[in-house]
Amino acid sequence: MEKLETIKDYKNRIDNALENQFLRSAMDKFAIAYRESRKNAFAGIDTDTLIAEVAEIKRNAIKNNDKLFEEFKSVAQKNGVHVHLAATANEANEIISKIAKDTGSQKIIKSKSMTAEEIHLNKWLENEGLKVTETDLGEWIVQLRHEGPSHMVMPAIHLSRFQVAELFSGVTGKEQDAEIERLVKVARKELREKFVEADMGITGANFVIADTGTIGLVTNEGNARLVTTLPKVHVVLAGIDKLLPTIKDALTIAKVLPRNATGQKLTSYVTWITGPSEYLGDNSVNYPSQSSMSALSPESTFNKREMHIVLLDNGRRKIASDPDFSQILQCVRCGACANVCPVYRMVGGHTLGYIYIGAIGLITTYFFHGAKNAKNLVQNCTNCGACKAVCAAGIDLPRLIKEVHTKIQDEHGHPLKSLMLGKVLRDRKMFHTLLRIASVAQKPFITTQNISDKDSSPKRVSAEEPLYLRHLPLIFFKEHNFRTLPAITKVPFRDRWKSVKANTKQLKETNKKSLKIGIFSGCVQDFVYPEQLEAGLKVIQRLSSNFNTDNYNEHNNKQLNITLEFPMDQSCCGLPALMMGEKDAAADVAVQNVNAFSEYELDYIVTLCASCASHLKHAVPKLVNNTVAKDFADKVIPFSQFVNQVLSYEKQHIKKFDNNNLPLKYNKITWHSPCHLCRGLGIKDDPKQLIKATGNTFVQAKEEETCCGFGGSFSANFPAISREILNRKLDDVENTGADLLVTECPGCVMQLRGGALNQNRKFKVVHLAELLSVKS
Amino acid sequence: MNNINIISEFKEKASLVSAVIHEADTIEDSFRIAISLCKKNFIIASPQLDNSNLPLLEKLCIENGITLLKENLRKYTNGIDMGITFADFGIAETGTIVVSSDSEDKRLSTMISEIHVALLYKSNIRATALDMADELSALTSRPSSYTAFITGPSRTADIERVLAIGVHGPIALHVIIIAA
Repeated sequence: MEKLETIKDYKNRIDNALENQFLRSAMDKFAIAYRESRKNAFAGIDTDTLIAEVAEIKRNAIKNNDKLFEEFKSVAQKNGVHVHLAATANEANEIISKIAKDTGSQKIIKSKSMTAEEIHLNKWLENEGLKVTETDLGEWIVQLRHEGPSHMVMPAIHLSRFQVAELFSGVTGKEQDAEIERLVKVARKELREKFVEADMGITGANFVIADTGTIGLVTNEGNARLVTTLPKVHVVLAGIDKLLPTIKDALTIAKVLPRNATGQKLTSYVTWITGPSEYLGDNSVNYPSQSSMSALSPESTFNKREMHIVLLDNGRRKIASDPDFSQILQCVRCGACANVCPVYRMVGGHTLGYIYIGAIGLITTYFFHGAKNAKNLVQNCTNCGACKAVCAAGIDLPRLIKEVHTKIQDEHGHPLKSLMLGKVLRDRKMFHTLLRIASVAQKPFITTQNISDKDSSPKRVSAEEPLYLRHLPLIFFKEHNFRTLPAITKVPFRDRWKSVKANTKQLKETNKKSLKIGIFSGCVQDFVYPEQLEAGLKVIQRLSSNFNTDNYNEHNNKQLNITLEFPMDQSCCGLPALMMGEKDAAADVAVQNVNAFSEYELDYIVTLCASCASHLKHAVPKLVNNTVAKDFADKVIPFSQFVNQVLSYEKQHIKKFDNNNLPLKYNKITWHSPCHLCRGLGIKDDPKQLIKATGNTFVQAKEEETCCGFGGSFSANFPAISREILNRKLDDVENTGADLLVTECPGCVMQLRGGALNQNRKFKVVHLAELLSVKS
Repeated sequence: MNNINIISEFKEKASLVSAVIHEADTIEDSFRIAISLCKKNFIIASPQLDNSNLPLLEKLCIENGITLLKENLRKYTNGIDMGITFADFGIAETGTIVVSSDSEDKRLSTMISEIHVALLYKSNIRATALDMADELSALTSRPSSYTAFITGPSRTADIERVLAIGVHGPIALHVIIIAA
């Protein structure tokens, strides 16, 4: 029995991966190059429409899977193919080894198949005494190393040419230079012999086409063509999710697959095989085989290879019947969700996958390989949403990762830590009481001093106001010291609200349009960064009361009366609970928040936390399935969008006003786009327009939309990865030469400011509201 | 897209994936171009040529000291120098040729040769694969059919993501577009 990996073992593997310098630089180069080549490959194509089309094709194919299977089976059998349906991995393995036995096959060659990896086919066949050789170069390399692929389409991306040279020197018994062209030739020569002597070829299939009984194979090297041409037996192994109605559907998917996988417009080869093709080799060995050949007339098998198609269920039919999870079968296995994943970029595929890698792997591992192999893996997600944004089939990956996390905990028990978090979050009063106690209890650990002249934490309400945790309490470990964490404030925003509200001019001029705005603070701004909220409210007040141009069309009114409300019963948005796999707690909290706001008849619910905003907008209506929740979600709007679009300010207002009052003047300002703002809510330009409107010089950082590594509980669970993602981000910011980094999420501020201070970086970090607010 | 644009897009896209494009007026011209790519003592394969075309190629081979194979390519899996086949279609959007290769010998000639020369009638070049879905469906619905989309030579980037040409298939792909 394989030993179960503990979370500690898993973290050790992560540390090893992070220390692998070759892996780190290879992953990093790839992450950057991929983005560029993908963009070029999709140039001139309406990508969103195409992806929606692919999703629709796959969705329907999954829905009609049983029908497509019957259709395919009947056409393929007429064409002389043996069609098998394997319910489980072992059944598929048994079917394939029986085919080998019946046909007298000893030597087997394979082209790359993730489905074969899924069922551990090689191991099975080798245990049966068969000789199996992978012929895809990368796959052959990892086979020789006795390891699995570390990427779905680039199996050996974790290895250097030197490692390959050493490996090939061993295989050929001859010293091989670490020159890539040459190494490829070595593989060409060595493997050609294997092709010639093989009795049986095994391939996967990218498409299984029902109406013509055809399989489609998408490859680059040409090995699949030899695998399906030289041996006398061809076995296809494919998941039943690969079934499609027509070649037209396959061609539509083929338009996305290579572009999304490797940034190629098309791979070198796409091969369409309809039934057993002509075979002119040696027929002497057990041909035709006794395996249910009787239905076929001798003429129809003359000079034809023997072809079998094994369609694998292995839990897919059950997934297909699940209204929520069925979408994971839309996956076309392009691997793009790994390509853009900030965690994958740091640790590689062996650490971010069991067999299937990347975001889809985090989900399918649970279904195909069980909770025991998925339970650590599924937590290793920053919830940045980069995978969802790139998915070729429009799968809601980040949400489903959290759903799997919850499922595993529901089935196998919730860890104490997450149970307690769920319990505390459900009870707002208890949660807030605990935070208040913590603000006192942290006393021995805090400092009230600004750390350096780069410290952008404002002076707080009193000289005793805690600013940072000087050193971390013992519940944390040393590995968390990569950033300077802020202390909990003495006076949370909710306690400041009364005086904030009293100080705001509540103009009631009848000729003005009235807007009633609710503020959703989120825990971090309420209890850690109340000054961000105060700044934001000042900005809203100022822009609405100074608003008197003729250019305000949206409400056909020249001026605005803004009424601000802060419902006291609001609580945590619930995202942290979901991130910890506590879906029930997240649902309870969602109901509390919806109720807290429902009585106010608000026009907008403004939040200065992008994560809260995205969660409230997208997750809450799913957690609380009623019209009140939908109405609540519809009103949620992030700060920058509200200021830039609803207040519809005249650019000169910010500029004119701020030129006299801007707290600080900067040489250059750059921007970090919170994941939940740019991808979660689709807001990309509003904040930058606002920054530019201040009259400062804006410089764009490289990868401004890449995650900062915070991810809430992610950075608590996987501090080492969080640290490395952060470092990369801070480098990108520093390289712009900016002296101010602006963002719009308190979580990002915590991570970025904490890292910048800890490492004495040359820039300050502020929330957008702080930049736009008047100096007090 | 008009026809001229389709042809020029095909040429452009095929060149981008390292295919070499030639143009010929007739089949005989195209054979001449293919032979001009050969060195003396080359072994070339061109199975499935019909009786009107075969003598033209045979004659050129004899004149140039080249061995021409027409069948039993399975005996030559160590490699042949060049394979010459007709392509059924071209796809402009990706610079792809579609080779219906049901015959094992034709298939092998596109796989085990170092250089693959594909002859493509100009009139068979289509704008996109989806535009010709019906034609492809007809091609692939025949039992025992083996239809290959070929886009440039065989390639890999499996070692350090460095592009290398010619892993298990041809090291070079030449497409000769025939006007007639």
